[in-house]
Amino acid sequence: MSVFATFTKGGVHPADKKELSKNSAIQRLPLPEELVVSMSQHLGAPAALLKSKGDAVEKGEKIGEAAGFISANVHSPVRGVITDVKKVELASGMISLAVVIKTDPEQPELFTVKQDWRKKTKTEMLAHVKEMGIVGQGGATFPAHVKLALPPGKKAQALIINCVECEPYLTTDYRLMIEHTDELLEGIEVCAAITEPEKVIIGIEANKLDAADLFEERIKAKGLPFRVQRLKLKYPQGDEKQLVKAVINREIPSGKLPIDVGAVVVNAATSWSVYKAFVYNQPCIERVVTVSGECIKNPGNFLVPVGTKVSYLLEKAGGFKEGKDGSVMEPDKLISGGPMMGFAFVDEDTPIAKGFGGLLAIKDTKSRTQTSCISCGRCVEACPIGLQPTKMYHLIINKEYAEAMKNNLMDCKECGCCAYSCPAHLDLVQAFKTGKKMGRRK
Amino acid sequence: MKIVTASPHIHCGISTKKIMLSVAAALTPAALWGIYVFGVRALITMLLSVGFAILTEYVLGKISKENTIYDGSALVTGMLVGMNMPPEVPFFIPILAAVFAIAVVKWTFGGLGHNWANPAIGGRVFVFFSFTSAMSRFSMPRTLVNAVSGGIPDAISSASPLSITKVVTAAKSAIGASSMQILTESGYPYTKFAESLGKATGLNPYNIDAFFGNISGCIGEVSAFLLIAGGIYLLCKKIITWYIPVSYLASFAILTWIFGGVPNGCGFFKGEVLASLLRGGIILGAFFMATDMVTTPFTRTGHFIFGVGCGFFTFLFRTFGSLPEACSIAILMMNIATPTIDKYYKPKLFGTDEMKVIERQAKLASEAGASSTPSSTNKEVAK
Repeated sequence: MSVFATFTKGGVHPADKKELSKNSAIQRLPLPEELVVSMSQHLGAPAALLKSKGDAVEKGEKIGEAAGFISANVHSPVRGVITDVKKVELASGMISLAVVIKTDPEQPELFTVKQDWRKKTKTEMLAHVKEMGIVGQGGATFPAHVKLALPPGKKAQALIINCVECEPYLTTDYRLMIEHTDELLEGIEVCAAITEPEKVIIGIEANKLDAADLFEERIKAKGLPFRVQRLKLKYPQGDEKQLVKAVINREIPSGKLPIDVGAVVVNAATSWSVYKAFVYNQPCIERVVTVSGECIKNPGNFLVPVGTKVSYLLEKAGGFKEGKDGSVMEPDKLISGGPMMGFAFVDEDTPIAKGFGGLLAIKDTKSRTQTSCISCGRCVEACPIGLQPTKMYHLIINKEYAEAMKNNLMDCKECGCCAYSCPAHLDLVQAFKTGKKMGRRK
Repeated sequence: MKIVTASPHIHCGISTKKIMLSVAAALTPAALWGIYVFGVRALITMLLSVGFAILTEYVLGKISKENTIYDGSALVTGMLVGMNMPPEVPFFIPILAAVFAIAVVKWTFGGLGHNWANPAIGGRVFVFFSFTSAMSRFSMPRTLVNAVSGGIPDAISSASPLSITKVVTAAKSAIGASSMQILTESGYPYTKFAESLGKATGLNPYNIDAFFGNISGCIGEVSAFLLIAGGIYLLCKKIITWYIPVSYLASFAILTWIFGGVPNGCGFFKGEVLASLLRGGIILGAFFMATDMVTTPFTRTGHFIFGVGCGFFTFLFRTFGSLPEACSIAILMMNIATPTIDKYYKPKLFGTDEMKVIERQAKLASEAGASSTPSSTNKEVAK
């Protein structure tokens, strides 16, 4: 059998908690009556709004135009009417312009006719990725057309498909992998046709071995030149840097991109969006969201249009569990994304965006009193990038931001391994976020 | 009420308190053995040092309005101070050592996490140099006293094997003799159990006794067996890593093997490794005092250097120094070196090697002035 690879430096092993939702099939929910579609569903500049209040929109119609190099188009997920244009708070705390769309009860049957994408040229394909508003759906939401367009003079040695899903609880990629295997493979073919890599490697962690076997079987049946690389279970293996290290044993240096070491990394959910964009001409207007956590009554994986409110998803997942005494188990935290890197938020009207892979309602009752740093070095040991979290922390709380930057603060990607393993329960990631902001300001 | 905090939203569950309580639990068997073999005075010594360590922590916490007695660090310091006391020590000494350890070594630098020296070692070294004779008078463990009929000479019963061999070696009265011969000559006893086991296995009965804790010494350092068991418990619970204990004991063993026989005229490569490891406080030091997180380096390389340094100094002081016990001072010296080690052995930033490769390629490309693809050379450098 194949050998399990992994990255070498740092990493932690949180309980994966995927059993809560891994066996529930992806369920397409009925359309909500109202959607809130944000113009900032990607990394980079917000899209420029093309419509105004009162306009009727068609399903899949472009309502936001990419503004700038790193930006992405936004499309209407439904046929309906724009009833409002307002600023909303996203789960990350960012304030963004958004349109409120009232869903038309009569929806058209769109995106059902298959197209042949193989006739397209490379330039046409890239333009199509951009047109369809596809972003990296692993969570970072980096616009896909920027990622897939290789800089002149660079060649991709490996196209790595990120099927790791290393965050606990989340099972969207897993469900896609076992329910839509062939579709994912076709999406990967599209990505391979654009980037023309020497090899295509699909990285899958050890808690999804059934998916790995399925992939191998289908790859063989279709005669594709892809390879499945099984990976040991370790967080944050789904991070680009760690995945590239684990799969092709190259380290992406500080400030460099995967392509600098000859790699292009595409997420599983993204390749599904690519598949739908190229085969059915469907823009990136929906995604699978794992609704899970100890407080959710019926955890599951739901296919919903972008702009669906969190409250709607919670309701469809049965709401919160009842405790033994019949009282509702109110969660302490609502989280968008995974528990290691996701954002806690309060407002249940928060809309789902393209990068919103998980909605968690968890108990976090243990009050984490902070104590003094005892220099145990667990954070140093856990850091996958080779930073000294404790040193940076002390510099930041003493407001020595410039010195913290010199200690490679900007290389921290806030994966949370340090804070996860800190016996003094220091808010390390919080400090680093602050430190980066203050350091940039100077 | 929902709350909002920065990520991560889950935690592995470890806390300072859990670490300290685990260390205390790992120390307990060896401490109980010490109390059993040395009797009531040992119990009182232990209680006094633990009690006064916690009391000092409480009082200083009250003054500085920080409640830190529940983190368990004072308990560990108190236990270590007590375990480093000879069984017959006057009661004021453990009190003084505990108060000094907490108040001076720890709190004057800002409390847990800010001290540069291990508090327990600081306390012990302080009383050792202040009351050297009281700190050097030992008594026989109950198991050894029971083993011999008739009296044991006072000079022997109040000394530890380490100090006996040291005195004999220094006087150069037994050139070429092994420590076993020296101990037999001076009439140091061993148990029946060790004698029969020694005959069956061919091992030195003194080493067997030292391993199981039938040897005179400080309260908590006599049972190498229980200390190693405690150390393994901490290793399994991942409270400590193996780098410091192993590098400490290994470097000490190798140096002792090479040079340990020199002062007594036995020559090179004649050192008694096992006897040296089992006598004195080196096992206690290696597993429980050199692994104190606050006063040791962050990185694995740093830990390794720290351990080797401890091993080197322990060997140096034991073999060529005038004091029988060297472990505490060796660790103290390396505590001083810790910030320097941390300065030079930082973890390597991810991708540092690859960065050099990319920079070199960029330089080559600019020198050639051609737009040659850098990826063509990537294969050579890929590991």
